Amino acid sequence: MNQNSSTIRVLLAGVGGQGTILAADLLAKTAIASGYQVKLSEIHGMSQRGGSVTTVVNIGREVHSMVIGEGEADYLLAFETTEALRNLPFLAPAGKLYANDVQISPLPVLTGKASMPTMPAARLAERGCHLVDAHELAVKAGSPKCANVVLLGALSTGMPFSAEVWEEQIRSKVPEKTIEANIAAFRLGRDSVEVA
Amino acid sequence: MELLSGNEAIAQGAWEAGCSIGVGYPGTPSTETLESFAKKEGVYAEWCPNEKVALEVAVGASAAGARVIATMKHVGVNVAADPLFTAAYTGVGGGMLVLAADDPGMHSSQNEQDSRYYALAARIPIIEPSDSQEALLFAKDAFGLSEEFDIPFLMRSTVRVSHAKTPTEPSGRTEHVRKEYVKDPSKWVMMPAYAKGRRIDLDARWQRLREWAEECPYNTVEMRDTAMGVVCSGAVYQHVRDALPNASVFKLGVTWPLPEAKLKQFREDVDKLYCIDEASPFISSHVAALGIRIDEMPGSLPPYGELSPRAIRIAFDQQVPEAEQAQPNLPPRPPALCAGCPHRLVFKELVRAKCIVTGDIGCYTLGALPPLSALDSTVDMGASISMAHGFELALANEDHSPVVAVIGDSTFAHSGLTSLLNTAYNQGCGTVCILDNRTTGMTGHQGNPVNGKTLQGRVTRELDLEAVVTSLGVDDVRTVNPNDMKATREAIKEATQATDRLSVIVFRSPCVLLRDSFVVQNPYYINASCTGCGSCISLGCPAIAKDAETGSATIDTSSCVGCGQCAQYCGFHAIEQS
Ligand SMILES: Cc1ncc(C[n+]2csc(CCOP(=O)(O)OP(=O)(O)O)c2C)c(N)n1
Repeated sequence: MNQNSSTIRVLLAGVGGQGTILAADLLAKTAIASGYQVKLSEIHGMSQRGGSVTTVVNIGREVHSMVIGEGEADYLLAFETTEALRNLPFLAPAGKLYANDVQISPLPVLTGKASMPTMPAARLAERGCHLVDAHELAVKAGSPKCANVVLLGALSTGMPFSAEVWEEQIRSKVPEKTIEANIAAFRLGRDSVEVA
Repeated sequence: MELLSGNEAIAQGAWEAGCSIGVGYPGTPSTETLESFAKKEGVYAEWCPNEKVALEVAVGASAAGARVIATMKHVGVNVAADPLFTAAYTGVGGGMLVLAADDPGMHSSQNEQDSRYYALAARIPIIEPSDSQEALLFAKDAFGLSEEFDIPFLMRSTVRVSHAKTPTEPSGRTEHVRKEYVKDPSKWVMMPAYAKGRRIDLDARWQRLREWAEECPYNTVEMRDTAMGVVCSGAVYQHVRDALPNASVFKLGVTWPLPEAKLKQFREDVDKLYCIDEASPFISSHVAALGIRIDEMPGSLPPYGELSPRAIRIAFDQQVPEAEQAQPNLPPRPPALCAGCPHRLVFKELVRAKCIVTGDIGCYTLGALPPLSALDSTVDMGASISMAHGFELALANEDHSPVVAVIGDSTFAHSGLTSLLNTAYNQGCGTVCILDNRTTGMTGHQGNPVNGKTLQGRVTRELDLEAVVTSLGVDDVRTVNPNDMKATREAIKEATQATDRLSVIVFRSPCVLLRDSFVVQNPYYINASCTGCGSCISLGCPAIAKDAETGSATIDTSSCVGCGQCAQYCGFHAIEQS
């Protein structure tokens, strides 16, 4: 937790279209169901067309600001490794880092004008990152679309909410037909950190 | 308790107040307000072609006695400014709330203007919520206040209010009984004879507004340590509470008129007084103008962009957590035109034809970025056509590259029509490309006059672009499928060849994100004939990548939508459909 207050600050970072907003909503609902106050803030707009996206979820007994400054995130949940590296400056010195072990090339890389970072896993490991193969685990859970919930499962291991509350929120928020896959995805994500 | 965004909360507050009509034009970060209002029971809501029209509809509805809300982003207020200024004179019948949603930091805007200066200049009171709960309450009260003081109210929000979800308590609706309309030219016909009377009356109304601001519960004083007092408003208040938890705070919920006496009292009650402003000196300059002494911060706040608790801590010489250096050599991730976007080939071909391309505002503004790098300018909605005319006038007596304006369908309806009328009327030349992708893409696929979709799903007719352009006075009008390279190339060549007349090309093909009209086809793939020439790569399609080792192209079949644009550019038959 951040030293100057009791607010838990969570930064979710990814690429437009990866489901960061649904993940942030589930996190917010879980925190509220666990008796906390929550503020959630997202950036829309130009970021929708495949650009970087970030969502902030600040959780506490009394939450004021809805943003996170450099060095302030207690948790960084990255949906892609380049975005994890990009957002490292926001992570608090003792903050926890979880990242989806996938690289998505932006247009400047696709056109050969820039290159992807080398050895992202090693660089992230220096910051104690839990790398999760969310796609593989989501497929195992029954649907590649649940990758965002796999990542939430990983994040949940470090957070002060019980697995039951998390799963209750997932059940109430996702479409009926996908409940089973999403719960399985959440558990696989959770196990991937706890076993590791 | 519900977690509502500021925009949802404003819509809820308006609905609870019995507001029955909502109008606006989309624009980040305001858009969801009207979308959310439109879904509520017992209300009428519509998208208008532009903000000026929306505000005039609102003034009419108010004159006729209904409670009405008009929503827009900050730059929309510029467009709506003409009726706004005079609406302060006329005042209202039914209560009227105007939402201006600002974008400090320019997350998705072409400038960072502070809408409060407009209200100030127009003599319109400003209310400014700091979270969704306040947004709901202020919006709910605004209609009654507007009626009480006989003036429209402006609510100013920012991205961190409009797009932040915070705990909110919604409640039920109180129906508003429409005020009887009584003809009164001295109030509603603003010709000089009557306007002079309303100008005097406006001052009388402002006298009462100043008194109201002193007592208004939206302005709250939180006394803590008296060593330091901070004056602030909106989302900045939340940052201040984090950064300076012991400071006494004067939270302005009404940022115009300022509560002069109450602020002077606060100055007396604290040792040091600071004003914390975001992206413009609005509060500090007007507090100082009241003769209130403001102390200098030990450091300074950024003069532009968004504030954060960290920025405030730094300005007050407080310790901030150490931040890691940014990682070196990370590739940027700018937004890009989607795979299959119908705008793509138009840009490719305009560059090929070495055109000067005046651009406009929408997804197609992304055509300015590499590798297409097709645009010469983007200023404001509609400017593509009028600026092209200006280019043509300045270059008239010289040999010059063809001048081509590029404008989207929603933007054309917004303000391209009058610009085109000007060029036609003044016998101007050049070419205008209307990129009709059947939707208002950039802001999330709203209906507009061209696609004939309305906000609440009422049936309407589509605007016949070719017919309207013809009747504005353009003789050379053609319609082209922009996914067809040859047709696009040919049309641009023909249209730009005639340098002495005005031509319009309507490029019509649905946005790939319109699931009801865009049909995804089998993906394409690269066969062994690829020579790595880079021709397809130069289209900037996010489904095509250049292999760093072999130099040849690859297509990501999971993101390819099968539009076939790239295959038309391959000189080696190396791109095939599966
Ligand atoms: C005066 C003003 N109002 C609203 C906006 C917000 N805005 C930016 S792009 C856009 C929509 C453009 O739609 P269209 O012209 O159809 O192009 P598309 O995005 O579909 O390519 C809007 C409403 C703005 N920038 N300026």
